[in-house]
Amino acid sequence: MISLNINGKDTKVDVDPSTPLLWVLRDHLQMTGTKYGCGIAQCGACTVHLDGRAIRSCVTPVSVASGKQVTTIEGLAETTLGKSVQAAWQEVDVPQCGYCQSGQIMAATALLKEHPHPSEAQISTAMDGILCRCGTYNRIRSAIQKAAEVKGDAK
Amino acid sequence: MNDMTVQNTSRRDFLKGSAGLLGGLVIGFYLPMRGGRAYAADAPRAKPVYPPNAFIRIAPDDSITIVVNKSEMGQGVYTSLPMLIAEELEADWSRIRVESAPVASVYNHTGFGMQMTGGSSSIPSSWEQMRRVGASARVLLVRAAAQQWGVPESECHALNSEVIHAKSRRKSSYGQLAEAAAKLPLPDNVELKLPKDFKIIGKPVKRLDTPEKINGSAQFGLDVYIPGMLTVLIARSPVFGGKVKSFDATGARRVAGVQGVYQVPTGIAVAASGFWPAKTARDLLVIEWDEGPGAALSTPQMRAEFLEMARTPGTVARKDGDTEKGFKEADKSIRAQYEVPYLAHAAMEPLNVVVDLKPNHCTIWTGTQAQTMDRAAAAQTAMLNPDQVEIHTTFLGGGFGRRANPRSDFVIEAVQVAMAVGLPVKVVWTREDDMRGGNYRPMWSDYIEAGIAKNGKPVAWKHTIVGQSIVADTSFEAFMVKNGIDATSVEGAATLPYTIPNLQVDLHSPKNAVPVQWWRSVGHSHTAFVVETMVDELAHLAGKDPIAYRLGILPANSRYRGVLQLAANKAGWGKKKLPAGHALGVAVHESFNSYVAEIAEVSLQDGKISVHRVVAAVDCGMVVNPDGVEQQIESAIVYGLSAALHDAITLEKGRVMQSNFHDYAPLRFSEMPQIEVHIVKSSESPTGIGEPGTPPIAPAVANAIFTLIGKRLRRMPFDQETLA
Repeated sequence: MISLNINGKDTKVDVDPSTPLLWVLRDHLQMTGTKYGCGIAQCGACTVHLDGRAIRSCVTPVSVASGKQVTTIEGLAETTLGKSVQAAWQEVDVPQCGYCQSGQIMAATALLKEHPHPSEAQISTAMDGILCRCGTYNRIRSAIQKAAEVKGDAK
Repeated sequence: MNDMTVQNTSRRDFLKGSAGLLGGLVIGFYLPMRGGRAYAADAPRAKPVYPPNAFIRIAPDDSITIVVNKSEMGQGVYTSLPMLIAEELEADWSRIRVESAPVASVYNHTGFGMQMTGGSSSIPSSWEQMRRVGASARVLLVRAAAQQWGVPESECHALNSEVIHAKSRRKSSYGQLAEAAAKLPLPDNVELKLPKDFKIIGKPVKRLDTPEKINGSAQFGLDVYIPGMLTVLIARSPVFGGKVKSFDATGARRVAGVQGVYQVPTGIAVAASGFWPAKTARDLLVIEWDEGPGAALSTPQMRAEFLEMARTPGTVARKDGDTEKGFKEADKSIRAQYEVPYLAHAAMEPLNVVVDLKPNHCTIWTGTQAQTMDRAAAAQTAMLNPDQVEIHTTFLGGGFGRRANPRSDFVIEAVQVAMAVGLPVKVVWTREDDMRGGNYRPMWSDYIEAGIAKNGKPVAWKHTIVGQSIVADTSFEAFMVKNGIDATSVEGAATLPYTIPNLQVDLHSPKNAVPVQWWRSVGHSHTAFVVETMVDELAHLAGKDPIAYRLGILPANSRYRGVLQLAANKAGWGKKKLPAGHALGVAVHESFNSYVAEIAEVSLQDGKISVHRVVAAVDCGMVVNPDGVEQQIESAIVYGLSAALHDAITLEKGRVMQSNFHDYAPLRFSEMPQIEVHIVKSSESPTGIGEPGTPPIAPAVANAIFTLIGKRLRRMPFDQETLA
């Protein structure tokens, strides 16, 4: 049994410890907001937070997550920052097909946590690993900037 | 594939059931679309079902559910189609909800005669139908209110989900009136609003599906979990058309969580408790394949064959005047060959299907663009009637054409797996499976000779196209191939808009083992590149500005002119001072009855192309949701840029050389140009928007590179060339 803390809740799963966290979330816990896109850390659709940092859950063995705080898209709204990122996404109306957006939002939130007012270059670097085939990148940039502004104003 | 004319009786029960359940109004009807794409008129037509046909449900709590008969794959139909209904219904937009339609002939595409999403046709084919649906419901609600109040209908009006009798200051909500309205016969005819009276259509409206797409709750096919379901991965032949000769599953069966290993027609299926054990076990399979003739296919050899064929006469797709005579008259002429590779759709969500097969019923959950075909194919596979097959269309994590497979490949295979396993299954394609699974945009080779007169205008144009037909050996062949010409192979080339007195377009449609399919913008994805770079070459040969040259050879009232001029103005063509090392290139193309001009600003960084800015001008007739149009043009440009710059599927000994996003690289965030979308004001009927933004981007970039360094790019993707 592996003990996990996901979105603040403790849970135990009976699974081979080498199983990627992604498939534990999806197949064992039916938390389907985190997506499978490539399985080799190329597309970022599976991005979740491990102790607040963005990681690729498709290549992270579940054993690595044990004893750490896992945050997924389902739990993001529980933080002020997460909520403001989602609000910016809503305002800019970012998604098209929507499949990559959980990963985009998780990556953006981790970026804003580290850099509350990211530069253009910091945004590009942080978001370059998250693919979108619908081409929502410019709206993602606007939403990140909007979320950063809101955060700035709130001080 | 013959159920297109079969009526669905269970659908009627569904309608009664849901109407009873909600005590609300169920309404809708069938209207054949006039016009549409050429093949639409010839498509087998379902008999109209009248009534019922449910597009609207109004519940007692005033919520309005719009049942959308098109698949939502990012293009915004879950917002734009409800807008059409809500406009005429006078509905309170804040109370609109959306549900995906089950499979039934009442939900058929008005032009295609089957339930399908594709060809950038959702708005054009629904434009009149959905407004009539909304207007009919409004008429019935007003009638119900007038009858209850004993007043003339003409004294009542509908507004914001209420019927109002101003004289007596009475009003009733749609929720209160729905039950009475549902009992009234449908009106024979309804009057539709004039565009000047539109309140919703033409205004930027936020997508209705955004909230669930930003909190992880939107359900894609891969997110469907049903009780007792096993996850299945299939080891398919590494070569197209190959068959299993023998296999050893000893190692695979030992993996914890594996339930069984099955031989199915497409390969060896591993069924397990989840993706990871299924994948782990699949990697341990030892399979010997009978590879068949597909193993002989290698890209270099195929390219050589195609290019040779392009120099020989093909089947004539268009012939105006006499090209031989034209070339004799020409002052100058040029010849060029063009090549574009096979392309994978590479939607972010890999293919997947959930199947629950019972003795007399089959339930399927998948993100499909082609419900009627898939249902027929599933029924045939499971030896059921189409009525016994139910398809739940989930959100599609991208479609781009791949999820409308004329052979229903992924659905048939999943039903075969369900038959073999005997339990509910979810067949998951890994990214590698999806990338190597074929059904690609065809590889094309083209050869063009073109000549211009002393005044610079073209006098002769001979274009030979070589590439597989995407409809050969499918049910579409009968009505999409005429006189040996697959219309989609030559669209955009045989229909080029320029005035050229002597013009001929020939086609060769060779066959091979690589399965091919429509890909965003279909034939236009290659013809725009060829035609628009060649026209640019002619402009250069004539010593003219590329935009002035095009305007000089476009017919007087052509809609191409409007978008070209608008894009030129907005981009500051010939006026704006560009940074050193930057250049502009232009292209204009019509597809799906919409006109798009794009101007790309590019530079070279260490020999690699950087696209800084794209100014797009679009004429798609009247616009339903301007925000949606902007999203779709942006999206189509990015999709086209990935192909223009990076992507190719190549074969060696029949094996696909690409496997995942590291070697088939979609455009990334840091490569994203600034994009501006400008819309031509129009009172024409709405035309396609999902695809028309894709074709012009590759030639616009290629033409800009020529301006920058004097080198013509005639082979995609561009990043295989050394540029300096």
